[in-house]
Amino acid sequence: MNLVASAKIPTRNIDLRLSLSAGETVAVMGPNGAGKSTLLAVLAGLIRPDHGSASLNGKTLYDDGAWLPPHARGIALLAQDALLFPHLSVLENVAFGPRSAGASRSAARQAANRWLQEVDAADLAGHRPSRLSGGQAQRVAVARALAAEPALLLLDEPLAALDISVAPVLRRTLRRVLEGRSAIIVTHDVVDALLLADRVVIIDGGRIVEDGPTRSVLERPRSRFAAGLAGVNLLTGTTAAGGLHTSTGLQLAALTEEDLPPGKDAAAVFSPRAVAVHRLRPTGSPRNVFSVTVTDLEQHGPRTTVRAGHLSAEITTASAADLDLLPGTGMYFSVKSAEVTVYLL
Amino acid sequence: MSGSYSGIPRWVLAVAAAGALFLLVPLAAIVLRVDWTRFGALVSSEPSRAALLLSLQTSGTSTALCVLFGVPMAFALARTRFRGQRVVRALVLLPLVLPPVVGGIALLYTFGRQGLLGESLRILGVDIAFSTAAVVLAQTFVALPFLVLSLEGALRTAGTRYEAVAATLGARPTTVLRRVSLPLVGPGIVSGAVLSFARALGEFGATLTFAGSLQGVTRTLPLEIYLQRETDPDAAVALSLVLVAVAVLVVALAHRIHEGTGP
Amino acid sequence: MMRRARQAAGAVVVLSLSACGSGGQARETTLNVYAASSLQVPFEEIAEEFEAAHSGVDVQLNFAGSSDLAAQIRAGAPAEVFASANKATMEQIAAEQLLASEPRPFATNVLTIAVAEGNPLGIESLASLAEPTVSVVLCAPQVPCGSAAGDVQELTGVSLTPVSEESSVTDVLGKVSSGQADAGLVYVTDAAAAAGSVDSVPFDAAAQAANVYPIAVTGTGGDLAADFVDLVTGVQGQRVLAAHGFGKPGR
Repeated sequence: MNLVASAKIPTRNIDLRLSLSAGETVAVMGPNGAGKSTLLAVLAGLIRPDHGSASLNGKTLYDDGAWLPPHARGIALLAQDALLFPHLSVLENVAFGPRSAGASRSAARQAANRWLQEVDAADLAGHRPSRLSGGQAQRVAVARALAAEPALLLLDEPLAALDISVAPVLRRTLRRVLEGRSAIIVTHDVVDALLLADRVVIIDGGRIVEDGPTRSVLERPRSRFAAGLAGVNLLTGTTAAGGLHTSTGLQLAALTEEDLPPGKDAAAVFSPRAVAVHRLRPTGSPRNVFSVTVTDLEQHGPRTTVRAGHLSAEITTASAADLDLLPGTGMYFSVKSAEVTVYLL
Repeated sequence: MSGSYSGIPRWVLAVAAAGALFLLVPLAAIVLRVDWTRFGALVSSEPSRAALLLSLQTSGTSTALCVLFGVPMAFALARTRFRGQRVVRALVLLPLVLPPVVGGIALLYTFGRQGLLGESLRILGVDIAFSTAAVVLAQTFVALPFLVLSLEGALRTAGTRYEAVAATLGARPTTVLRRVSLPLVGPGIVSGAVLSFARALGEFGATLTFAGSLQGVTRTLPLEIYLQRETDPDAAVALSLVLVAVAVLVVALAHRIHEGTGP
Repeated sequence: MMRRARQAAGAVVVLSLSACGSGGQARETTLNVYAASSLQVPFEEIAEEFEAAHSGVDVQLNFAGSSDLAAQIRAGAPAEVFASANKATMEQIAAEQLLASEPRPFATNVLTIAVAEGNPLGIESLASLAEPTVSVVLCAPQVPCGSAAGDVQELTGVSLTPVSEESSVTDVLGKVSSGQADAGLVYVTDAAAAAGSVDSVPFDAAAQAANVYPIAVTGTGGDLAADFVDLVTGVQGQRVLAAHGFGKPGR
């Protein structure tokens, strides 16, 4: 076991136990205020729990008597905002961890350049953080966290503040750098859980209510929260040129960063929000179009989820009314290839 | 900015203009009252030059002391929690609202020859009575709260998120302070120091009460002005204008630094 | 809304006028006397005697440093009598045609050595102030008590090295009573008023450098002001001044 932790904070209604194997990435999900960020702050050493203990690779982080300050823990925290030090250049930001660990200026710069390359941001080295876009800044923040060579990496909704057009690209980068790394990622997006994590932990009311391999939690949800998450569109099949050939015979186009070898077991995910609903088959743009029969409508305020078998779309309630949707109606779902992520299983 | 709706009634602007005139007309009155034919001679006389030089030296030293002690004080107030913090904060900022002469009396009974610490200091061979050091003490006493207050505000606005990130990247508290906290609030420190300098430069009451008045040793520019008024009102006016000019310069500098940090 | 505010303002004006009226009935005439700070105690007594002798007259006393008072008179303050602590200030005012009568000397004040209570250093003369171990505070030469201190040094040949030259007698007394300084030169009247916090050591040469106080009716003063000047320079006034340590001017 890499990480073994327990924490009780009665005033915040927190009572958590969590363990992590070496090289394992865990996605922590749950409703707002469930205690996800508190868990990360406790592990990083920013909040001291009232009771509990934790150790990382045999080193005690805290117990009823001892408490290791954040800088001595070897745990890096990547937040929703990049929080790059505004007075330092991109390179100096990334070199901050190595410098703090005692590396010489030149060694730290070398390490920083290497990590910037790792996240495809080498060209940003000389920039000031204020000149970066949100996606670029978060990319640099990832490099900065990794450059500290943490034994455990904590990510607190790292993609939540990014444009929907930027998030998938950085998600792929994260998938690459998190491979084989001990990490805990707090996320609201089930796509993150599927793509980045080996395991999903659902926290609700300060307690862990579900814990298991990502796919089994999503396919056989036991908690209400996990059941809600299962709304993501997940198709399995084998890789084919430019996308996925599903086991049900559909051909899915996807934009993939790296070339996937064909004929491998893979899955494609896309958010219900990325799905458009049409009465007539849309023509023109290269989109994935599925002919479906509406099985269920679920209205929650201004938005409505349209379910059709194992696929679902989330559209505004107004457009659902315009389309005159009823269970049993034949419809077309479409999704842009850029919104579809394909990954190897 | 230009042409956008301000939503401020005109009468508010009228009252604001009246308030501004109240502050500006006396300054204009000084300028109008200056005897320009003698101005150069008046401000360059031996006592005047000695007073200006002493003022600049002591204010500079006081400002350095304010930064040395004020920065840690601001951090302690803004970034830690301890029992009685509110009371401590209120007491530390007290010299802001205290009449300076009261500050002078308080210093007299602390560092004076028969004061709380004065006798112990005397045994150690340190006698600050009527010395330039006494002037620096008086100025630091009244100026320190300015730096603490302005920096504490800057620290609260900045928050601690960057510090938390730095710590999780492996930086020790001293490294975090040196490489993250101080650079981030650097402009706040500079503008606080400029305010402190201005306050020290204008210090009169505490110096008069505590340090005395002797040319080249304890008689700073405000004390010189007060004394010149007895016999040569023209010299007092001329020196007042010099002090106003230095103050304007300092405020403008502080303003520029503040503007420079804007997004 | 506007009208109501104006009515309210009107009511306030009426109220304050009536308040003035009722107060003014008891004392119809006021006499404005501007006097040097050191004269405060004797002049308050003299003013009471003057009011007792002139029913319906209210003497308004304004005490400040002589040069401050002179500046106020130049700026048009309603002074009717001006009593200065030194001749020079009075002469300036006279030269500016702001007086209605010839200034008359009415009192003298001499310097004395103020020391801490009990005179712990055993200071006996002006010469002992010149010792390097004794820290002495003087008035600055620009103010009357400082010019008197200069005169005394010149007369006696004793040269003092002050640790501070204060702007007022009060500041000199403060430094001595707080123990910051060992001794200071102040007027006997000031030392007398501060008895209890400082002791006074008289010295011979002081009388030769006596400070003369002149008094005069200013340009705005009339018969009543002249009466007040007469009272101060007359037997009654001189008795009160002497009781507070002031000397009689030689003719």
